Amino acid sequence: MERTKKIGLIVYILFLMIPIYWLINLSLQPNRDILGSFSLYPQNLTFDNYRRIFTEAGWARGYLNSLIYVIMNTVISITVALPAAYAFSRYKFIGDKHLFFWLLTNRMAPPAVFLLPFFQLYQTVGIFDMHIAVALAHCLFSIPLAVWILEGFMSGVPKEIDETAYIDGYSFPRFFVFIFIPLIRSGIGVAVFFCFMFSWVELLLARTLTSVDARPISVVMTRSISATGVDWGLLAAAGVLTLIPGALVIYFVRNNLARGFALGRV
Amino acid sequence: MDWMVWTLPSALFFATIALMLVGMTIWEVVQPSTFRRGLLPLKTTRGDRLFIALLSSAWFHLGWLGLTDQPVWYMTIFCVIWLAAVLRWG
Amino acid sequence: MNKVENNRAWFFVLPVLVLVAFSAVIPLMTVVNYSIQDILDPHTRFFVGDEWFREMLRDSQLQSALGRQLIFSFSVLAIQIPLGIAIALCMPTRGIWVAITLVLVALPLLVPWNVVGTIWQLFARGDIGLLGVTLNSLGIEYNYTRGSTAAWFTVLAMDVWHWTSLVVLLCYSGLRAIPDAYYQAARIDGASRIAVFRYIQLPRLAGVLTIAVLLRFMDSFMIYAEPFVLTGGGPGSSTTFLSQHLATMAIAQFDVSRAAAFSLIYFLIILAISWVFYTIITRATKD
Repeated sequence: MERTKKIGLIVYILFLMIPIYWLINLSLQPNRDILGSFSLYPQNLTFDNYRRIFTEAGWARGYLNSLIYVIMNTVISITVALPAAYAFSRYKFIGDKHLFFWLLTNRMAPPAVFLLPFFQLYQTVGIFDMHIAVALAHCLFSIPLAVWILEGFMSGVPKEIDETAYIDGYSFPRFFVFIFIPLIRSGIGVAVFFCFMFSWVELLLARTLTSVDARPISVVMTRSISATGVDWGLLAAAGVLTLIPGALVIYFVRNNLARGFALGRV
Repeated sequence: MDWMVWTLPSALFFATIALMLVGMTIWEVVQPSTFRRGLLPLKTTRGDRLFIALLSSAWFHLGWLGLTDQPVWYMTIFCVIWLAAVLRWG
Repeated sequence: MNKVENNRAWFFVLPVLVLVAFSAVIPLMTVVNYSIQDILDPHTRFFVGDEWFREMLRDSQLQSALGRQLIFSFSVLAIQIPLGIAIALCMPTRGIWVAITLVLVALPLLVPWNVVGTIWQLFARGDIGLLGVTLNSLGIEYNYTRGSTAAWFTVLAMDVWHWTSLVVLLCYSGLRAIPDAYYQAARIDGASRIAVFRYIQLPRLAGVLTIAVLLRFMDSFMIYAEPFVLTGGGPGSSTTFLSQHLATMAIAQFDVSRAAAFSLIYFLIILAISWVFYTIITRATKD
């Protein structure tokens, strides 16, 4: 029994890792080798593809652009979601359930539906091709997500804590910032993780709402496809580099992650 | 506002929805609604019934447009009656 | 938890409301406006009423895209949910391996969606990809850019690779939440492994499984970037799903009005399905 389990798990993890290994393998080969000789490991190990990304203009800018709007989005989402989640977890008010459902439908709505109006709206407001445009558009799904996750964690904090703090003469803002937020730290960690993740991986909106100045890395990556064909090594190297922020974030929240999933709020 | 290319019918449509929401809120403040079990197979509040009625109306319209060639407002009239019925007995 | 009635709580929700309304309600209203007009340019437009809706509902391309989408989404559920449960049962429960397997299993979730497409493109191509070369050298004719069956299964495999981990993590945390006392009681009764799964683990997983099904269904229902990069929707239109069909209509052909009518139909489908699931979830937690 235990053996079958182990084998099953190892097979699954191999299935997950082999495509990633192949990506890394290709990124370390010159194009001549990639197209010329099929090999399970790099025979002429080279870091040229990475060197090109770090030295050529545009690539670094693309990474930076992506990180800027992802961080903006995360900050905005968490800031506005905190009080809202508190309201949902502590109070009953008119229309609360419908409001909550409406928020969730935005998490479920396909971004393609909102594509054209976003484009028009942001051009009218004058923020097209700015980082804030993508950050605001991503709020569409990251705010509902943050509210959903945080509400779950806040409901787990007993209400007696709020009441005791008021009796001790804490004002609401002081209580919220100095007592309540530290209590749900791990919840905020999980919410940050998911806001970061969904904004980082999204392509359609980020691509449509930017043209030059705020162009994200996923668009810059298409530069490796030119008239002469695809520069596979360069494409693979750029892909490897996009895995790093995600891997780092996973590593830092690995303990909170299981708890976040335990609440089923993703 | 120009880029939103408003038309009179769509403006009326959204105004009606907005008025309904305002009306329901005032009604709720004046007289809070209770969970109850009507003809619909689940317990609902007044707001739930409004939502169910509106969503099903939208689907009725789609069905009508997809399956028949009759003018759309036949269905609209039916849906107004449907809305009232769901709110009252649902 | 018993909640206090307090309508001033609305002030807490207000920032969220304003932001989401800005990015959801205004665009949605605009989509409705688009859908009932024929827009030639910003200053020349005609009211056409329900014409686009009638046309879209009878459009055979849309219907086949919807059909492909439904088959794809149900295949995704049929593979990922059982596989996810099985892998979650295999995960280690204590020791240093827990953190390591969690990180490895979660990794595909953090890969940008277009890079998922790139990874599978590099992996499955017949000339440079490990999978493609292996299959071809085994004598199996495989080329996902030519054969529509091969393309479809490659997209499906890619989605399984990308998203099964979400189901695994959800089920894993659901299993962790089962108290040890349940297993001890089962051992005393001499329950078989299958009985433990059927009568203890599966019922306790019902909650997370509903959420897993909802999320997997919705996200596969709006899949866009991965097949866009991998197959571009082809060959032919064998892997063109709803979002891509819509995006092509809206961006590439700039057919604003038809795309808007299509969007609203799409949105109504999503709305109905989310409502059903939301009702099930909230009722389940209430009981």
